[in-house]
Amino acid sequence: MASTIPAERGLRRVIGDDASIPDGEVDGLDDEGLLELYRSLVLLRTYDERSVIYHRQGRIGTYAIYWGHEAMQAGSFHALADDDWIFPSYRESAIGLLRGMPPATILSWWRGHPAGWWNPADYNVASICVPIATHVPHAAGLAWGKRLRGEDACAIAYFGDGATSEGAFHEGANFAAVMRAPAILFCSNNGWAISTPVSAQTRAQTLADKAIGYGIPSARVDGGDVLAVYEATRAAVARARAGEGPTFIEAVTYRAAPHATADDPSAYIDPERVEEARANECLGRYERYLRRHGLLDAELEQQLKAEAADVMRAGIAAAEAEPKPDLGLLFEHALVDPPASFQTDLAELRRILG
Amino acid sequence: MPELTYREAVRDALSRAMREDDDVFIMGEDIAEMGGSMGVTQGMLDEFGAERVRNTPISEMAIVGTGIGAAMQGMRPVVEIMYQDFLTLSMEQLVNQAAKHRTMSGGQLKVPLTIRTQGGAGWSPGAQHAQQFESWFVHVPGLKVVFPSTPEDVRGLLWSAIYDDNPVVFFEHRLLYPLKGEVPDELEPIPFGKARIMREGADVTVIAIGRMVPEALQAAEEAEALGISVEVLDPRTLLPLDEEAIIASVQKTNRCVTAHEAVTRGGFGAELTAVVQHGAFDHLDAPIERVGAKFGPLAFAPAMEQWAVPHAADVLEAVKRTVARA
Repeated sequence: MASTIPAERGLRRVIGDDASIPDGEVDGLDDEGLLELYRSLVLLRTYDERSVIYHRQGRIGTYAIYWGHEAMQAGSFHALADDDWIFPSYRESAIGLLRGMPPATILSWWRGHPAGWWNPADYNVASICVPIATHVPHAAGLAWGKRLRGEDACAIAYFGDGATSEGAFHEGANFAAVMRAPAILFCSNNGWAISTPVSAQTRAQTLADKAIGYGIPSARVDGGDVLAVYEATRAAVARARAGEGPTFIEAVTYRAAPHATADDPSAYIDPERVEEARANECLGRYERYLRRHGLLDAELEQQLKAEAADVMRAGIAAAEAEPKPDLGLLFEHALVDPPASFQTDLAELRRILG
Repeated sequence: MPELTYREAVRDALSRAMREDDDVFIMGEDIAEMGGSMGVTQGMLDEFGAERVRNTPISEMAIVGTGIGAAMQGMRPVVEIMYQDFLTLSMEQLVNQAAKHRTMSGGQLKVPLTIRTQGGAGWSPGAQHAQQFESWFVHVPGLKVVFPSTPEDVRGLLWSAIYDDNPVVFFEHRLLYPLKGEVPDELEPIPFGKARIMREGADVTVIAIGRMVPEALQAAEEAEALGISVEVLDPRTLLPLDEEAIIASVQKTNRCVTAHEAVTRGGFGAELTAVVQHGAFDHLDAPIERVGAKFGPLAFAPAMEQWAVPHAADVLEAVKRTVARA
């Protein structure tokens, strides 16, 4: 019999503040590692802020904003190895950047251009599943497959607080636990599923409590503390590699931006909480941490931010330079060996469009 | 040639693939010690072990979902959904996930996943345990749909399904499992999209799938005694569909009956009818007749269940109606 797994109530923190809370220790990151983490945060933040502008300019379609979620994404990412698979939700649409995916690819995805379709095996980043939590079983299955093949890699699935209401989350979590799949279930709890608050989503005291029912240990971390996220994920990865099965991480923050560019949260969100979250946002917190430790000055900060902006300018230019896609792609990719009917349909489409 | 039951033929294809290829494994509910609710996987746990003959929680969405995940990295999982009525619980994974990942990766990711399932009436399990849903999946670009009716076909087509790089929904019929038939010594893969003429005839073509194939063959025997020559064609794979063979047969016989156990309304017979009227319009001497179950939930009561689903007699009546049109 598995013993009862204690639930965490508080949120793990590493980064202190400039006043009463001291900075904690973090293992596994030297000075260069700490700065790499910063680069990732800056790149993700720049991508997000530029994407909102590109949307306003009509250059990309509806976009799921992740402003304030960068610490959860970058912190967990840096605890992974290159062989580990990432199963993003739409909120982590740009996480491939950290694996070397060109910004033009992701911008093309949001432009609805086929150049935005990447081969998951090129980056070990799965295609984005828009239905909620539906990729949790995929991560469990891939991770289990890695184990069957005697490979060392694990899989991480990202999803939001609302996803923990979905059957796919529960079935996937249970499967992962039963199979002892080397998987990490990473819940970015930003308090809101579009306009539905967590309080209307569940009566559980914490989302991490849900994992206990499956015999999955969990950690609760401050989602704005990139080092706390890194540490928790690093421990989860170590468990996975040691054959101890999945871990659930609940990273908690407060959504300080709209759900997506098509959303106006003023109808439902608490403006004071948003102000508070924006004042305490994760990039600034980490910058102050790095400054306290003498690792960042204004010059380096400006340099990295300018570099990231250049990368984005080049990215949108490349995305916009993509040639118009061939109509045949509508059919060609559905099956490895498309049936004859696809050719008939395509010929008809070409005839209609002239 | 050796003789195998339909059940043994399924097992033979699975076992041969698993012997030859470490990437093939099976998972599903009660498939290990118990050997599956239909006994298809009996003995496989002993040969292949618990990791490759994987008993799962009762969790159809995750059975298909984890199969997709394992297939994404090049494994060839064969998952079993105990009853096709329970496919409803995994529809998101089948329709939005398995069928779409290749397109969503720009044609670069393969999902070589086989979803085996079975069903069918004839043993009075009631409204939620004996339905036939093959036509739903023919409506989804990105899937392939197979429904074999003989031991030889089920073995050769299952092998092809396992080695197909697309997700394949593979239907078996419960009443066919004990059916015996000759199979080649060596397993011969059967390509998708090739119909089989089960019996040649001149007056009317019956296109039948699943259990209705043996029923149609029986009806053809009875029709012969009445002087009607019936051709019976089994498409074997519904997607892709061998439209050429179907059209050629009807162009020869000038009459057509479709037969499946699923309800007639919106059933695969409607698709077959559309294919035939378009491809053999000028050859048709009579309206196409559709044979299928009556449009209502299946009953527990054996008599009522048998009344609802079609039999050889219904095929024969349909055949007679088409030839009566002179």
